[in-house]
Amino acid sequence: MDTLLVPPEALQPAARRPGPLWLLAEVTYRCPLHCAFCYNPVDFAAAGPELSTDDWLSVIRQARTMGAAQFGISGGEPLLRDDIEILVAEARRLGFYTNLITSGVGLTEARLAALKEAGLDHIQLSFQDATREANDLITNTRTFDLKRKVAALTKAAGYPTVINCVLHRSNIDHLDRIIEMAAEIGAEYLELANTQYHGWAFLNREALMPSAAQLAEAEAVTERWRQKLGKKMRILFVTPDYQSKKPKKCMNGWGEVFLSVTPDGLALPCHTARMLPGLDFPDVREHALDWIWHDSPLFNRFRGTAWLPDTCQSCEDKDKDHGGCRCQAFMLTGNAGATDPVCPKSPDHALIEATLASAERQDNCHPLVFRDPKASKALGRAF
Amino acid sequence: MIPAGACPRINRLFRFQWEPAQQAHVLLYPEGMVKLNQSAGEILKRCDGNRDLPAIVADLEASFNATGLTPDVEAFLAMAEEQNWIDWTEA
Ligand code: SF4
Ligand code: SF4
Repeated sequence: MDTLLVPPEALQPAARRPGPLWLLAEVTYRCPLHCAFCYNPVDFAAAGPELSTDDWLSVIRQARTMGAAQFGISGGEPLLRDDIEILVAEARRLGFYTNLITSGVGLTEARLAALKEAGLDHIQLSFQDATREANDLITNTRTFDLKRKVAALTKAAGYPTVINCVLHRSNIDHLDRIIEMAAEIGAEYLELANTQYHGWAFLNREALMPSAAQLAEAEAVTERWRQKLGKKMRILFVTPDYQSKKPKKCMNGWGEVFLSVTPDGLALPCHTARMLPGLDFPDVREHALDWIWHDSPLFNRFRGTAWLPDTCQSCEDKDKDHGGCRCQAFMLTGNAGATDPVCPKSPDHALIEATLASAERQDNCHPLVFRDPKASKALGRAF
Repeated sequence: MIPAGACPRINRLFRFQWEPAQQAHVLLYPEGMVKLNQSAGEILKRCDGNRDLPAIVADLEASFNATGLTPDVEAFLAMAEEQNWIDWTEA
């Protein structure tokens, strides 16, 4: 194979850090659903007006110039905006791989045809089930019928069926049925994501967190289905970091590859960073993306490992996880610069142990707070 | 085993393209990217669903003035199929 190699290109002069690879546009906080595990900020209703189509087009163009190759559209429910086709078409024209993350509500045949025409590469359908109407997927036939319909439409349009389902205390025991339904729908890919406790999910943490036994059973069920379905449907099981006690290198590192923009135009190094206190979030209408990425105080605040606290500085794993998730550190300890408490070496790890212990209690019955604008205004806080 | 007459093509879960910022061919998929080295890029470029293995090898050997590439290309395609990057058209 060496014979195929040509001499390497002349070495480039020491370049600046690469730009982002992945642009995520959270185009709206509006959503017809009310998931209690939603990671959007609890106070989303206080966010400013949404970016215009032109604002988004400018962000897309700038990001592509900087080398970004992934363009994700999410929300809220992105299909509530009527300019998604325009954004997709421009992103695709520029060479982005375009991915729509949707609940499927609003994905009509006409809309799908327009998106396909615009060049949309991929659709990720999310299962919602902790809604007000019903607490689990089994009884929530309305949602399931909708997914079935949408999945059939997208399949007919030539898209692979990729489903994401958030797992939590009240649906995890039905995982067997959930996987069965995904197989019935003809999904090629099923992502089982244990709830990440941000935003509304943090607010509902006690009610959502499964017990260790529930989790172990869920992993066993997943494994059985993997054996049975093989390559026909790939199943990814995302372990919850509370239980695995492994801090995650959030977004593959702060300001390393990922840039997300909120509906009201704030650029963030991760979806949930706007909850962090004392930081100035650059507005994409006021600053060039290039400055935001390379030079803004926000994107440099937790970049690399130099800022890490002592616990992590002396740890051999610091390059692997960069001390874990900043939002989690802040929500649990009040200090965004602390070691992520899910790490057993964290001086605050007892907080995690206490939460896990409470998830073991049989009398755990916390009411769910559903995500909607009224509750958002009433609560008036980030998480 | 590769069915005789079958042609490899890029799996529809992936998009294959030249990426200027990387100065490399890449495979794009939701939320990810595989950066390919030159040989991998040259082989996948030819996986268009119209050429079978001997045709791809012949084209590579002509383009790079090389011989005996069959085992390497075959091994790469087996790996690529394992990774789901390609599938095969009916023979
Ligand atoms: S998690 Fe649910 S409520 Fe939140 S944006 Fe997604 S669909 Fe809407
Ligand atoms: S101490 Fe810090 S660097 Fe070490 S494993 Fe824990 S979070 Fe990671």
